[in-house]
Amino acid sequence: MASSLTRDDVAKVARLARLTLSEQELELFTEQLGGILDHANDMSSLDLSDLAPTAHPFGLVNVFRDDVVKPSLDRDAVLEEAPDAREGRFAVPRILGEAP
Amino acid sequence: MVVGMEVHTELLTKSKLFCGCANHFGSEPNTNVCPVCLGLPGSLPVLNEDAVELAMRIGMALHCTIAPSTFHRKNYFYPDQSKDYQISQYDLPINSGGHLDLPDGSRVSIERAHMEEDTGKSTHLGGSGRLAGADRSLVDYNRCGVPLVEIVSGPDIRSAEQARAYAAELRGILIATGASDGRLEEGSMRFDANVSVRRTGEPFGTRCEIKNLNSLRSLQRAIDYEALRQIELIEEGGTVRQETRHWDEGLGETSTLRVKEDAEDYRYFREPDLVDLAPSQEWQDRVRSALPPMPAQRRSELEARIANITPAQKDAVVVVVDLGLENYVNAVAEAGGDVAIAVSRSANELAAKIDSLANLSTDAFVQTVAMEAGGELSATQSKQVLTELLENGGDPKKIAAEKGFEQLSQDSLGTLVGELIAKHPDEWQRFKDGDEKLSGFFVGLAMKQTQGKANGKVVIAELHSRK
Amino acid sequence: MKTAVEIAQDVQSGASTATAELEKAYAAINARNEELNVFLHLDVAGATAIAADVDARIARGEKVGPLAGVPIAIKDNLCQTGVPTTCSSKILDGWKPPYNATVIDRLVAAGAVPVGKTNLDEFAMGSSTENSAFGPTRNPLDPSRVPGGSSGGSAAAVAADMTSISLGSDTGGSIRQPAALCGLVGMKPTYGLVSRYGLIAFASSLDQIGPFSKTVLDSAVLLETIAGYDPMDSTSLNEPAPSLSAHVNDGVAGKRIGLVKELYEGADDSVVAAVMSACEALKEAGATIVELSIPELQLGLSAYYLIAPAEASSNLARFDGVRFGLRVDAEDVTAMMEATRTAGFGAEVKRRIMLGTYALSAGYFDAYYGQALKVRTLLINAFKKAYEQADLIIGATTPGVAFKFGEKTDNPMTMYLNDVFTIPTNLAGDPAVSVPFGKGEENLPIGVQLLGPGRSEAQLFAAARVLEIADGR
Repeated sequence: MASSLTRDDVAKVARLARLTLSEQELELFTEQLGGILDHANDMSSLDLSDLAPTAHPFGLVNVFRDDVVKPSLDRDAVLEEAPDAREGRFAVPRILGEAP
Repeated sequence: MVVGMEVHTELLTKSKLFCGCANHFGSEPNTNVCPVCLGLPGSLPVLNEDAVELAMRIGMALHCTIAPSTFHRKNYFYPDQSKDYQISQYDLPINSGGHLDLPDGSRVSIERAHMEEDTGKSTHLGGSGRLAGADRSLVDYNRCGVPLVEIVSGPDIRSAEQARAYAAELRGILIATGASDGRLEEGSMRFDANVSVRRTGEPFGTRCEIKNLNSLRSLQRAIDYEALRQIELIEEGGTVRQETRHWDEGLGETSTLRVKEDAEDYRYFREPDLVDLAPSQEWQDRVRSALPPMPAQRRSELEARIANITPAQKDAVVVVVDLGLENYVNAVAEAGGDVAIAVSRSANELAAKIDSLANLSTDAFVQTVAMEAGGELSATQSKQVLTELLENGGDPKKIAAEKGFEQLSQDSLGTLVGELIAKHPDEWQRFKDGDEKLSGFFVGLAMKQTQGKANGKVVIAELHSRK
Repeated sequence: MKTAVEIAQDVQSGASTATAELEKAYAAINARNEELNVFLHLDVAGATAIAADVDARIARGEKVGPLAGVPIAIKDNLCQTGVPTTCSSKILDGWKPPYNATVIDRLVAAGAVPVGKTNLDEFAMGSSTENSAFGPTRNPLDPSRVPGGSSGGSAAAVAADMTSISLGSDTGGSIRQPAALCGLVGMKPTYGLVSRYGLIAFASSLDQIGPFSKTVLDSAVLLETIAGYDPMDSTSLNEPAPSLSAHVNDGVAGKRIGLVKELYEGADDSVVAAVMSACEALKEAGATIVELSIPELQLGLSAYYLIAPAEASSNLARFDGVRFGLRVDAEDVTAMMEATRTAGFGAEVKRRIMLGTYALSAGYFDAYYGQALKVRTLLINAFKKAYEQADLIIGATTPGVAFKFGEKTDNPMTMYLNDVFTIPTNLAGDPAVSVPFGKGEENLPIGVQLLGPGRSEAQLFAAARVLEIADGR
């Protein structure tokens, strides 16, 4: 499968990733990403249908913690690193849409 | 109409799903946060074992298959999502393929009940306090990372009433498992309804998702409104657009929140910071054997204790089970008392003062019911004694005495009945001849004469014994 | 310069003090940091306090630990409470974590003294440290050349004798490659051996923290200090730290070493020669060399450049200007997030986020990310088969010696090809070590790579030690 990565694809992906690309960047990335994906063609042509994807390389399963309350962070320490904090909360510019 | 329900419930664990912060409602903002639930760089999730146990209880209560499962990342940007992805379950959920039977006998399929983490909460400054028109938003991450189970039903519901019954029954089940407290007003349980319409026999129509349903009543109203809206739209020649709609309880209508044409691409992939979850058969067996009886079973057990049960009594049983008052009724049953009275008093008097149950011991309840059943107290008097017990505790016999509900001795009642018969020979003759209704006449007179202390049943028994 | 083991012995015995060693370290740092740009931040106050505490404990007669008083440099993608941690990115410029990475706690418990944070390719994405937002680091052996990446700063700190040891992280070769280019020992441990809690994630299923040092013994001591089960990391192996330093002189008698042609073909002549020469040295020490071919390794690069960016695109989503780090304000939160990320991330990071987002997108998942995960299984199976015929594997670490600045920055693929020998072990989750052996053009060091099955660090160090001795150290 040849990578037919178009400028539109790249623009859509940029939006998904919350990145603004300039015209030059759009051009450059389309070319560069296309090149990388072309290189991936050696993989995509393989028939690997009988293989399962690997989860943990050493097959770890069932790792838990006990349901015990541990101390939380000091709120002041946390909010000190916040770009904008008000009334004990993180302040952000208005949210336009509802959460998905 | 065709309705499918998505219900989210928070789990009653002490700590969050992936970190040790307290799972507690109502704390000061951002006081139950740590690097993990704040999504700070370098933090890693570790799965709460108790959350898994509770999720399994829910799955078993809903007759699901418990299967090995994985966690996936659901990627989307939103300020209340501290990592800008949610750790959830995607194609391999822990519970799937179950069902829920409603009291009316209908069955709703459960597609899945999977685990995921909750988001933080945002409040909006400026404007109406609602999202639109706000100037800044403030985010509190106390709730971020709280364990959730999302229960998705099949599109099997056919009326708003049935949806409400489903939600009520599901809530009862979740509370019974101990996994949830079902507090809709605190948001520990949330409903979303997917509603579409079609003519019978035709394929499913386009569905709309309704959000912001905070009570059983809103749920029912919103579904009825939405179905009607869609029907009217179609009849006017329009088409239903797939979208998410917001229910406004005040206005009584749904409105567009988000059109779903550009479906968000969540780029699900297996969460690499967690390992697979495969609860052992031994663990599953332990959970299953410790599962308490579900509301349906508890209702049928109670119903079995009432001979020739009436629909009204069945309704009362529903209330008793829903409010968890069976221990009172069962105490009466074990003492050989009158279960029908016990059910009625529980569903009414006890239900009315559900927050004061601590004042009422089962012994006191059993005693009061016995006094009512035995004729020492009339129904009215019994209710008053119970109310007094609930408000202030105490001893039923003492309370009855204080209120002047003394038992009129058999002798004095007998004398009284004799006097009434003598005073009203015509009515007595008619009663003797078979006019049962006149017993009410005599009971009324007896009540008047004793200022309501006479026990109607005893009067009637006395009349019959003199026939 | 003394080794870490020697420094610890001196401090523990009273021949020196932690405070004195720290002063030496800062003197060495100040002498060359401006020229080489190794450290982004020096935690003078914190280090001084830790050193003073070590000295106090020793004065009380306590046995402090195997790294008593040893100054150590820390790659700036590891969180240290109250110490600026930037990942060499503008988006984290000024951020101070409120918590320690687990490895930091373990280091301090063993008496080590973290002196400061070293430069890296932004968010560990790169092979030359040219992608740092705060300028590149120069190779101390030849400042016109790169030290390698992404842990270029940590490698340079040791190569320049600023500290005897340092910590880096390795996702596709980011410890081993700089170790090779700077003439150091550098190891990527078995996936899960060292806790990732507090390591700012690049590719979660591939990242591991590991040691840099001049000597094999120092790396063994450092690794066994930080390794072992951590309840804060679900992917950490449920085992205590292995015993490593005690086995460094075990030798290789009777071991079968697989010479895998896909792990040196295409490298510079001098590098190939070094690998062959290393094989001779191992034979002389009693090992047998088995020639092997693992053709599946050639798929490693493609699989890696889909898996790593995919995971990274998700791991880096949290950098959104809401809770910490840079914020570029805007009318609404979405615009703010976009403006922040656009201003805060460098070109390589953006490129990989884009690549990763695309690989995970609806419609492309199966062909790209999904397929890459299966290639991973293919590779793991191929390695398993190879390890039926060999106990360890040998190959080159890098195709060539340290290259000049700007030499490989035109086309991203050119830079990515640097990782062709190191990537397969990250995909398999297996450990590998690079040990200096021989010299190439301009007398620059060459690194020979030894690979082993999961949990074979002790054998790897033992084999590396044989080469170290053969190479005259």
